[in-house]
Amino acid sequence: MDLMPFWLSLRLASTTTLVLLVLGTPLAWWLARTRSAARPLVEALVTLPLVLPPTVLGFYLLLLLGPRGPLSPLLQLLDLRLVFSFTGLVIGSVIFSAPFVVNPLKDAFEAIPRGQLEMAATLGAAPLDRFRSVALPLAASGFVTASVLGFAHTLGEFGVVLMIGGNIPGETQVLSIAIYDRVEQLDYHAAQLYSLVLVAFSFAVLVALHWSRRSRALVRS
Amino acid sequence: MNRLGVRLSLERGELTLDVAFELGERGVTTLSGPSGSGKTTLLRCIAGLERPRDGLITCGEETWFDPVGGIELPTHRRAIGYVTQEAHLFPHLSVRGNLEYGARRAGSRAGAADPERLAADLGITPLLAKRVEHLSGGERQRVAIGRALLGRPQLLLLDEPVSALDEAGTAEVLETLERVLSALSIPCLYVSHDLREASRLADRMIWLQGGRVAADGGAREVMSDPRLPFAQAEDAGSVIDGRVESVDSGLGLARVSFAGGELWIASGANTSPGRSVRVRMRARDVSLALRRPEAISVLNVLEGRVVDVADAQGSPSQALVRVDVGGCLLLSRVTRRSVAELGLAPGLRVWALAKSAAIVR
Repeated sequence: MDLMPFWLSLRLASTTTLVLLVLGTPLAWWLARTRSAARPLVEALVTLPLVLPPTVLGFYLLLLLGPRGPLSPLLQLLDLRLVFSFTGLVIGSVIFSAPFVVNPLKDAFEAIPRGQLEMAATLGAAPLDRFRSVALPLAASGFVTASVLGFAHTLGEFGVVLMIGGNIPGETQVLSIAIYDRVEQLDYHAAQLYSLVLVAFSFAVLVALHWSRRSRALVRS
Repeated sequence: MNRLGVRLSLERGELTLDVAFELGERGVTTLSGPSGSGKTTLLRCIAGLERPRDGLITCGEETWFDPVGGIELPTHRRAIGYVTQEAHLFPHLSVRGNLEYGARRAGSRAGAADPERLAADLGITPLLAKRVEHLSGGERQRVAIGRALLGRPQLLLLDEPVSALDEAGTAEVLETLERVLSALSIPCLYVSHDLREASRLADRMIWLQGGRVAADGGAREVMSDPRLPFAQAEDAGSVIDGRVESVDSGLGLARVSFAGGELWIASGANTSPGRSVRVRMRARDVSLALRRPEAISVLNVLEGRVVDVADAQGSPSQALVRVDVGGCLLLSRVTRRSVAELGLAPGLRVWALAKSAAIVR
């Protein structure tokens, strides 16, 4: 069995999750605490990939990042090719999986009692210190949920990947695309194996997630 | 060096806050008043958690808030200790971790804060390794007080620290507060709506009404002022600070001397000879006589002069009489009929008969 699609999927999912945690944390923190009028707008934008067909998202990304897209002069200058490349896949996945990472983080931040952070301030903790010493530990379970969901969701995406990544073995042919590809070639045996791996992996991850939540709840009670 | 100067105004919904006062270098000042009078808001403004419209807040040499000078020191740079109704302990830290949180951030600020000794004073030494979710309400508040003090504050702000506790928890925390606050060398502003709580702890009392300071003075004067709600409350009373002279354990009584004479009170754990105590007499337990009564069961008979007579609000048949006993003010609740029959008026010499007196501190 060709293991390449498997490794590619893992790499894509972990890179995407990592990028989303880095970008999503400040965004979620801002969303959880701001009273800005722009909040509903930003929330809608982040949630949009949840309701849009992935092909629509992939299509626009293709137009945006493609050789005739508005960004092409810049991309040419930087000698970057984003469509049909792994980097392009990461960009697409980051947008596509954003709600699965940002929303749990936002919920976790919102659940922190305001008084806890105020108390930290009265004890001499500056804003960044408060975030690190109070907000992060209290939102730890939110980070676990966000990572697992972001990872699992990226693993399962198909439409966006196909639109901007195509089906290049070793570069953009991730597990979900490989399954589709094998079915097209009537290689049901390989498709079966890939699918089974995906089902088993996703199931295991979700069991681990719920188990960790349950044991935390038990510790508290 | 820690003098706190507060002058601020603010409008928020129904509330218009407009206050000015100063706190001395030490001592407990209670802040009371009806709900909605702005007590908590005032405390939050001093802590920098809310922003007044205008004013000036200074602590010692430091200016914390001065819109004219463009100064608004953020909360984390004000040397305060803040304790609220909810302890807001950090659930991800142990009791020790909570205590160390403020201490580690206090920097080079001077102040007496030996963690081990403070923990012993607060009675939380056995709890140090525990997780905070396993603490009782009273224990949580004692840890919160310790955490605030270990941050080496120059000002301690307490916002109804016992009002969310049950009776046992309240007694436990008040007893601890009494011990800790009296040893403190910084000013303390204590929001409380409870009369007994205030009478136990206060050196000075501020009464806030409709966002303004309606009364401000020494605890003994404010408590016995019939124009203020303290004296009008059902179990109102006056407090006297004195010293235990001797104890008659056979009779179960202790003799307490104060500026106006001597008092007999029930002896107890707090009545070791030489100890300073605060005694509280409820107004309704104090009767008045024009001549020194003899052959009477009441132990405490004190000579004094009537200061003033005021109507008792809410009970048309009664009046509140203030009596000056050697410089201490005693409050007596009598019927208006007695006022008329005895001719009670300012300046009149009377004997106050206190049926009971209890140590509150």
